[in-house]
Amino acid sequence: MTSFFQIIADGISIGALYALVALGYTLVYGILQFINFAHSDVFALGAWASLTAAAMLGLSSAFGAQVPPFYLTLLVLLAAMVVCGAFGYAIERLAYRPLRNAPRLNVLITAIGVSLLLQNIGQLEIFRAKNQGMTVYSIPFGPFPRVMPPMIVNESITFLGVTFNTVDLIILAVAMVIMIGIEWMIFHTKIGLAMRAVSFNHRTAALMGVNVDRVVSFTFVTGAVLAGAAGFLYCLKYPQLRQTADTMWVLFGLKGFVAAVVGGIGNIRGAMLGGLCIGLIEFLGVSTISSDYRDVYVFSILIVVLLVRPNGILGKAVVEKV
Amino acid sequence: MTELATTSDDGASALRPPGWTAIPRAVWPVVVGVVLAYCLQELVVPNTPTFSSVIAFAGINILLAVSLNLVNGFAGQFSIGHAGFMAVGGYFGASIVYYGSYAIYGDFNFHGGYLSYLGSARSTPSMPLLGGELLFLAGCILGGLLSVAAGYLVGLPSLRLRGDYLAIVTLGFGEIVRVLLEGTPSQISPYGTLSSVDQVIVDKSSFFGLLHRVGGPQAFNGLPTYASHFWIYVWVAIVLAVAVRVKYSGYGRSLLSIREDLVAARSIGVDVTKYNVRAFMLSAFFAGIAGVLTALYVGQIKAGDLGFSRSFEIIIMVVLGGLGSISGAFMAAILLTFLPEVLRDPPRIYDPTVLAVIAVLALIAAVRARHRWRVLGLIVGVCLAYELARWGADVSGRKLSDFRMIIYAAVLVLLMILRPQGLLGVHEIWEVWPLNKLPFLRRPLRSSSTATAGAVALQEKR
Repeated sequence: MTSFFQIIADGISIGALYALVALGYTLVYGILQFINFAHSDVFALGAWASLTAAAMLGLSSAFGAQVPPFYLTLLVLLAAMVVCGAFGYAIERLAYRPLRNAPRLNVLITAIGVSLLLQNIGQLEIFRAKNQGMTVYSIPFGPFPRVMPPMIVNESITFLGVTFNTVDLIILAVAMVIMIGIEWMIFHTKIGLAMRAVSFNHRTAALMGVNVDRVVSFTFVTGAVLAGAAGFLYCLKYPQLRQTADTMWVLFGLKGFVAAVVGGIGNIRGAMLGGLCIGLIEFLGVSTISSDYRDVYVFSILIVVLLVRPNGILGKAVVEKV
Repeated sequence: MTELATTSDDGASALRPPGWTAIPRAVWPVVVGVVLAYCLQELVVPNTPTFSSVIAFAGINILLAVSLNLVNGFAGQFSIGHAGFMAVGGYFGASIVYYGSYAIYGDFNFHGGYLSYLGSARSTPSMPLLGGELLFLAGCILGGLLSVAAGYLVGLPSLRLRGDYLAIVTLGFGEIVRVLLEGTPSQISPYGTLSSVDQVIVDKSSFFGLLHRVGGPQAFNGLPTYASHFWIYVWVAIVLAVAVRVKYSGYGRSLLSIREDLVAARSIGVDVTKYNVRAFMLSAFFAGIAGVLTALYVGQIKAGDLGFSRSFEIIIMVVLGGLGSISGAFMAAILLTFLPEVLRDPPRIYDPTVLAVIAVLALIAAVRARHRWRVLGLIVGVCLAYELARWGADVSGRKLSDFRMIIYAAVLVLLMILRPQGLLGVHEIWEVWPLNKLPFLRRPLRSSSTATAGAVALQEKR
């Protein structure tokens, strides 16, 4: 029975990450009704940006295996969020805004193109900084995997027979804070009201004096910032980072999207719930069946949910207009 | 093509159900294709040893792009799991040929006939015509049929899903296939290193028990290379003939109507689900065969290479050529297969021949285009960018082909912004100036333009 609770603890910790990624998908989908395929690459960018920021601050060599003070960690998180936010804005401005009124298929193809572009540009290595013969960082990130320097004290705490890692608790705490912040922003601020108006109807919102372009940009930047935070948390949990074109990043992003769909896409609380569900299902499958097929469980759940309840757990049924 | 046009022009005969006269019309393109494929293997490939494998991969990519066009272009259902069908059919067909070869001949060696021989191997044919070829063809067909079953399964969700959701489901399907194949047990080794356990398993009676032993995360290696250029291009001919006949049939027009407006198509009585599922099955059949051909041309098949990046490559071909254009997909597949080879050692743009080609292109653009200066500027800009990129690659000590995927992705995004319908849009090459001025192509144009007229009108309205 302990192991069951252990599975739940592990599932919730990874599920919080999925939920953060899912929030980015669901925000964009709620407003523009399209899947931002490049979101998983922004997430990868967040992980790599936090590694680069940590290396630039000299964290790997200055502190050795020691843990740096907390404000430097926060600085790294901030750097990841800022880089991702800037990229999110640029992607929306350059690739998606010219296609605002195009057919949805074209926007989908553009999203795939942007995703491929980010992946493959990330594989270049234009500038490289070395320290004692070791590549400390390179911009863009280059084709080789790197190791994130230690950022926090990672202790395992055993409570009622269930082992928690400090990292998991931090992930959960940061994710909770961000989600509550987003929830508050959507329902209690002026920009949140504008976002809800735009997601309801573009044209009407524009007629009521909402600057649609600005709201869409803001949504993209918010989603990208969340992806940056998720990328940072990901490096805390799994310090071995693979190259940007690795399948793993896209799969992680897609699982985030699955989480958004399972919870009900376009629904903020649904994204959180879906993220936790996906994390739990993945870990249940890994621990009870086999760890080789961890992607299979998630995509099977996606197909089942789409066939049984296409609007997700918390989603509302949409009547098609002719 | 002309016969096809005469029947479409004549309203009365179009209403009559096609009798036995339909058979020669369906068969002659394939016969021509077989002859052309034979000429290719006999005349072209031996004289171009550098490009011989590229020619083969171009054929496989044509097969994939044209078949994906049936779903993405005709039916308008955006599928991004084409490599998954390729993997299903490819692994099944390859294991049939591999273990079938063991069951029939007692070893894993090549037992081909005349048509599969390549290069020096031809001088010593060990078997008469169609020795192992029947086995190979059986592998192709059975692999394709298993893909059809997979296509049925994947097509069914299109009952409820559309657009983005269907895209994600097909992507998920491709990944599930890849992960499942990577979990299979290791293959029986061809090199006489069978353990005693495997010796027991390798028994002709348990042939079907062997089929799933396809190598796991390592590649499925040591396959006999039956897929010569001849066979690849025979399949290309078949897929082209099928695609053209589907496009100009009632079924094809139903598919096009689904693409243009699903609700309107349903309201005039098109069974959307049935047609979508059929399009998926037809497309999957050829994708499976492309998988078998890849496996048996290279001699190995690896699930890791058949992930979504492969699917995206095929999508880029279809989108570049134009969603719904068979000849567009055909040309884009050839272009994008040869491009990396050319970029490996890029020609300088101020070579006289290259300059002449660019001049001709610019001339055509200037005569044709409504905004002629914009098109000229685009051509000049592309040439400048190319020359700059070549120079930059030289300076930094890289090859231009290293930037292949970056160029593809940038082209994809720019294409969507500047020319969202792709190179040819919904048109075929013979509907485009100056080919439509040729007298012997006029009649097919008249018949085929009705199929695309609505689509063109819609696109112009957008």
